[in-house]
Amino acid sequence: MRKRMILFLSMCCLVFSLVGCSSNTTSSNTANTQTKQSTITVAAAASLKNCMDDKLIPLFEKEHPNVKVDATYASSGNLQTQIESGANVDVFISAAMTQMNALDAKGLIVKDSIVQLLQNKIVLIVPAKSTKGISSFTDILKADKIAIGDPASVPAGQYAKEAFTNLKIWDQVSAKASLGTDVTQVLNWVAEGSADAGVVYATDASSNDKVKVVAEAPAGSVSKIIYPVGIVKATKNEDAAKTFEEFLKSDEALKVFESYGFAANK
Amino acid sequence: MQMSPIIISMKTASAAVALTFLLGLFAARWIVKIKSEKAKMVLDGILTMPLVLPPTVIGFFLLLIFGVNRPVGKFLLGFLGVRIVFSWTATVIAAVVISFPLMYRSARGAFEQVDQNLIMAARTLRMSEKRIFWRIIMPLALPGVTAGGILAFARGLGEFGATAMIAGNIENRTRTLPLAIYSEVAAGDMQTASYYVIVVLVISFVVVVLTNYFTMKERKYLK
Repeated sequence: MRKRMILFLSMCCLVFSLVGCSSNTTSSNTANTQTKQSTITVAAAASLKNCMDDKLIPLFEKEHPNVKVDATYASSGNLQTQIESGANVDVFISAAMTQMNALDAKGLIVKDSIVQLLQNKIVLIVPAKSTKGISSFTDILKADKIAIGDPASVPAGQYAKEAFTNLKIWDQVSAKASLGTDVTQVLNWVAEGSADAGVVYATDASSNDKVKVVAEAPAGSVSKIIYPVGIVKATKNEDAAKTFEEFLKSDEALKVFESYGFAANK
Repeated sequence: MQMSPIIISMKTASAAVALTFLLGLFAARWIVKIKSEKAKMVLDGILTMPLVLPPTVIGFFLLLIFGVNRPVGKFLLGFLGVRIVFSWTATVIAAVVISFPLMYRSARGAFEQVDQNLIMAARTLRMSEKRIFWRIIMPLALPGVTAGGILAFARGLGEFGATAMIAGNIENRTRTLPLAIYSEVAAGDMQTASYYVIVVLVISFVVVVLTNYFTMKERKYLK
């Protein structure tokens, strides 16, 4: 009796799973219609993690229930390398034009899809309990250990290098610098007190109360910091990717970005 | 390609393996001597943890211990003026913790395979336990112990996760080979990265062959 019961139950399971399969195939047959459920992968600079995960992606998915957004965050240089090696990415948001332009030059970005979306600032941070008396960019030489993004791959690091080069102290700074593989790592090194000072975006600094901002980069020492967004050519969901890009440009999204310390680039 | 990551990695792995070798030997000897099977299982579990945990978890714990705002780190900085985080010492600490289980387990296995009859015989001849360990157990377990040391060296050389968290990525100081490879790939410089990769490949291959050589010796003895 018991055996028969089990047999019956497993038959039921089998039938349900077959039904599940067939309904899947019908839905993929009716592709291209608006009701199609699609998933897009967004690769974004590490500094965008908080505002994307906490606000923008939930907001977008609520407005567009048929599109699911997966996000991955790393330094823009890392993401560039991954996209070049064929990573499955639909939308790329970089923390600097360099990486976007490099991909565009290789023909990996959909033509005319690049939008200069946001602006950010770089700031000097120290641990909240710091006693080193660091209060300006040139004071950073008082620090024993400095955290900055790796200028070879992290835009925040490139801007930091630019600022210190213009202040003529880059050589001294780089000798003490631990080069983070993305800007979040730099932030955490300073928050944990491992480094005495660091350079990150204003937006990152405001996300962590274990660090305090002591200075903005001196006027003229750093070029304008632009965050561009672009659609990756290899995308299989260009429509959904476009919808997402349009959403990022909307006033609603820009308001969210502004609440995290970014400025709209108009 | 720069030489500094290679030199730093070799220095770190050498210093780490020296420490790991001694720590692993003592731990293995200690565990083998314990009579209670239950205590043995639990202690062995604890000592093997670093092998199965993600290195980032080890890095997390090391930061909890040595971070400058944490008890031990604060003490070292305040009283001795020693700052562990972001120093070369930190790369060694990370490598020691991560590679320890390999040494410990190999040594333990080698000790347990030593013929008990020989030890008994030595006891009947009134040899002291200390002498038995150094004159009988160690020579017989040497191939296994050496293989463990070599594996530990290789693991220390390849340590990345915990190192990045506690030692940072300071050029000429804490940038080891794995960190250099990660940074170069992130920067899109596959050319330079490939040189470092070749160095790691060559060292790792030599290590594996050496380990095989020593385990083969051990097997010959057992036959």
